[in-house]
Amino acid sequence: MADTYDLIVLGSGPGGYVAAIRAAQLGLKVAIVERERLGGICLNWGCIPTKALLRTSEIYHYMQNASAYGLSASNVAFDLEKVVERSRKVAGQLNSGVTGLMKKNKITVIEGVGKLTAKGKLTVTTGDKKTDLEAGNIIIATGARARDLPFAKADGKRIWTYRHAMVPPEMPTKLLVIGSGAIGVEFASFYNDMGAEVTIVEMMDRILPVEDAEVSDFMAKALTKQKIKILASTGVSKIETSDTGVKATIKAKDGTLSEQEFSHVIVAVGIVPNVENIGLEDVGVEPDKRYHIKTDEYGRTNVDGIYAIGDVTGPPWLAHKASHEGVIAAEKIAGYAGVHPMNKGNIPGCTYSRPQVASVGMTEAQAKEAGHELKVGKFPFIGNGKAIALGEAEGFVKTVFDAKTGELLGAHMVGAEVTELIQGYVVARQLETTETDLMQTVFAHPTLSEMMHESVLGAYGRAIHF
Amino acid sequence: MPIELKMPALSPTMEEGTLAKWLVKEGDVVKSGDLLAEIETDKATMEFEAVDEGTISQLVVPAGTEGVKVGAVIALIAGEDEDAAPAKKPAEAAPDAKADAPKADAPKADAAKADAKDADKEAGSAGSPAASLETRNAEQKDEAAAKGSESAPAAPAPAAPAGEGRVKASPLARRLAEQQGLDLASVAGSGPNGRVVKADLANAKPGGAKPAEATSAPAKAEAAPAAAKPAPAASAASPIPHEVSKLSGMRKTIARRLTESKQQVPHIYLTVDIQLDALLKLRGELNSALESRGVKLSVNDLLVKALALSLLEVPACNVQFAGDTLISFTRADISVAVSIPGGLITPVVVDAGTKGIAAIATEIKDLAGRARAGKLQPSEYQGGTASLSNMGMYGIKQFEAVINPPQGMIMAIGAGEKRPYIVDGKLDVATVMSATGSFDHRAIDGADGAQLMAAFKRLVEKPLGMLA
Repeated sequence: MADTYDLIVLGSGPGGYVAAIRAAQLGLKVAIVERERLGGICLNWGCIPTKALLRTSEIYHYMQNASAYGLSASNVAFDLEKVVERSRKVAGQLNSGVTGLMKKNKITVIEGVGKLTAKGKLTVTTGDKKTDLEAGNIIIATGARARDLPFAKADGKRIWTYRHAMVPPEMPTKLLVIGSGAIGVEFASFYNDMGAEVTIVEMMDRILPVEDAEVSDFMAKALTKQKIKILASTGVSKIETSDTGVKATIKAKDGTLSEQEFSHVIVAVGIVPNVENIGLEDVGVEPDKRYHIKTDEYGRTNVDGIYAIGDVTGPPWLAHKASHEGVIAAEKIAGYAGVHPMNKGNIPGCTYSRPQVASVGMTEAQAKEAGHELKVGKFPFIGNGKAIALGEAEGFVKTVFDAKTGELLGAHMVGAEVTELIQGYVVARQLETTETDLMQTVFAHPTLSEMMHESVLGAYGRAIHF
Repeated sequence: MPIELKMPALSPTMEEGTLAKWLVKEGDVVKSGDLLAEIETDKATMEFEAVDEGTISQLVVPAGTEGVKVGAVIALIAGEDEDAAPAKKPAEAAPDAKADAPKADAPKADAAKADAKDADKEAGSAGSPAASLETRNAEQKDEAAAKGSESAPAAPAPAAPAGEGRVKASPLARRLAEQQGLDLASVAGSGPNGRVVKADLANAKPGGAKPAEATSAPAKAEAAPAAAKPAPAASAASPIPHEVSKLSGMRKTIARRLTESKQQVPHIYLTVDIQLDALLKLRGELNSALESRGVKLSVNDLLVKALALSLLEVPACNVQFAGDTLISFTRADISVAVSIPGGLITPVVVDAGTKGIAAIATEIKDLAGRARAGKLQPSEYQGGTASLSNMGMYGIKQFEAVINPPQGMIMAIGAGEKRPYIVDGKLDVATVMSATGSFDHRAIDGADGAQLMAAFKRLVEKPLGMLA
């Protein structure tokens, strides 16, 4: 007899484990299948451990600049092993936290590799042991993995993915980062602050290409000032590794090739969904052209009773998007009356480099293209008292409004702590506030958040401090 | 505490109005009965009187503001011992929280209430479930009932029926609805707890109505009144030289109600030819007799009387369809269509069946005069059990009028003209007019309608019957 559940979640990343908890809250009997560690990439190899590393590099940066704050610090140094150890410890703590949450919610955790065998049926292979499971509903939350460059397969020695970059065996001296999305820029920032000589290569004409063009420009200048070399509209066509490093063939905008030597390479050119060997073909779940699983607004695939959430279903590839989709799918399965599809325009995106980048909604260019007549506000950190007091006077807050309706179409920020600020605008968008509501909101002084107010005021020619 | 002066409900159906003009300014001392402002409702411009005493400390809503919701704070009055300095501006959200049904502080509410009570009494006798609602007249109940039944079982989050508490909507949805002239109360909200969000308004718009359609017939409607608004898209892009003007409150109401009528009320049309000679002769005689009293009867006055008597004679046509109930009236109140600048209004001759024709004539003259001046009280143009619309003076031979909901019928009068006519079995020339009754077929059967038309024809052709 197979064990029977109301719901089986395949994959325990931030999508899967959140879906499992929500379903358990709604009274379902839930099992979750994980082939590695509870919490998935996010907790163990992604969001969280990188934040731990970036905190180290940030403090290191401050220590090196202690004199700017009237402090003196000499012999500032780091021990890479201990830096990584701290990061792993943070990940470990959260991993055991998720274990506790599964227990608290009476969710059965099954370690092993799960594979759908038929509608509502799943087999988990743990070593030599096979366990058959049955469930009324199954949520596929298998996530994604780093995309490989065919000519630069990650070896963990000289060619790294994010996963190697997180547990470096040694400190790179001269680092090439291929790809300038959030992951590429974060590692570039980390290693640069830790003392490596960093080059970023980006195929598109600007770094952080999904962000507002002004943010990309600002970041390019800020990182260049920090001595990071940025090569936009540039590709890498060949990587040769040796015991001492790599030789990269770099193809510039005009087509000219040049060879450059680096100690290490980080490949951060996007991700591919994990759709292989989980039995999708056997049950008839359809992927789209880019092999993401196709779903509707509640996470339902084309097969009844099979849902999919998170990275495996397509962009944006973000943990919080996965978690929210998990909640929606769980609620739909449980027949919860208050279930609401998510507005994907309200998913914030954050990059935890120094300076930080955060945004929600449309960029100015996208808004224009969509036919909106715009009112745009931009307020610089230099106009904010708290920013100056913090010694972080670099950055801006940009808001894009529809001139006719006052809808906040998008918000784009770069600078210290903006990843914590963006949520204010996300709430504003979710509640569909207009400029009036935002203008009438009282912002605490002195805070960085005052810039959010000023930016809105600025869009209507009413900024006070600039 | 300053006294909050709120947008009054100047009629039972009023949901919002235009603050046309302030008659006071900040710092003015006002006492009870002073005129404060002119407020334009969907039908008329009304004066708004003070009920409280004090000093106007702030005019919150500037003159000329359109779409001010009933219950919204429009001004603040500081009491005698208070500082009249401008107080803090109340949050814009306030209006919604207070939008609860027309109540107390409207100075004109009494008249409206009395009117509504009458209607209630009658509705009550007909067993209408909504009869206990005090400040609403039967018309509104009908609307609410219809709305309720529409959205009741299926929709997961039905919009609250109008007047029953505030409509939950996001600020952006509110602004968009205002800009697009949509009635939020009629939009089903998909947000948490039925909150109306931007996406819901996109669905409420008539889908892709072409400009041609929009002008001839407001395109398909999904959510009844809201959809009544034709797509505005056409104008801006049109290459034909044109002007775009904003709809007045009255024009919006006309558009909404007529669309509602044509979409929801199955009309049947019954036409009769009526010989007018006897009525014209009687009119001449009556007028010469009444000359000393300064009263002059029009043909229309006589037709109003004839219609009222016909309705009393055929009570099956003096009715109103009200969802799952039928209201049968025992009195005939005739709404008379009066064309006024920018639209049309229908003042009501109450109890025209028992009134003398001279009284009717005097009343219509007064009502029409004040209607054209925009000075009618809402109670004077609301209600009515049937309508009469006369286009004879424009030479229209015959037409079919649109029923004025929630009424059950409307009589359309064409021009009286000399026509070859069979009189006493011989071809002769007679003054003849065509009259067409439009009946709400949900409530009135064709045979009953035919009876009414026959009674009307008989009364007009043998007009002495009207004097008896």
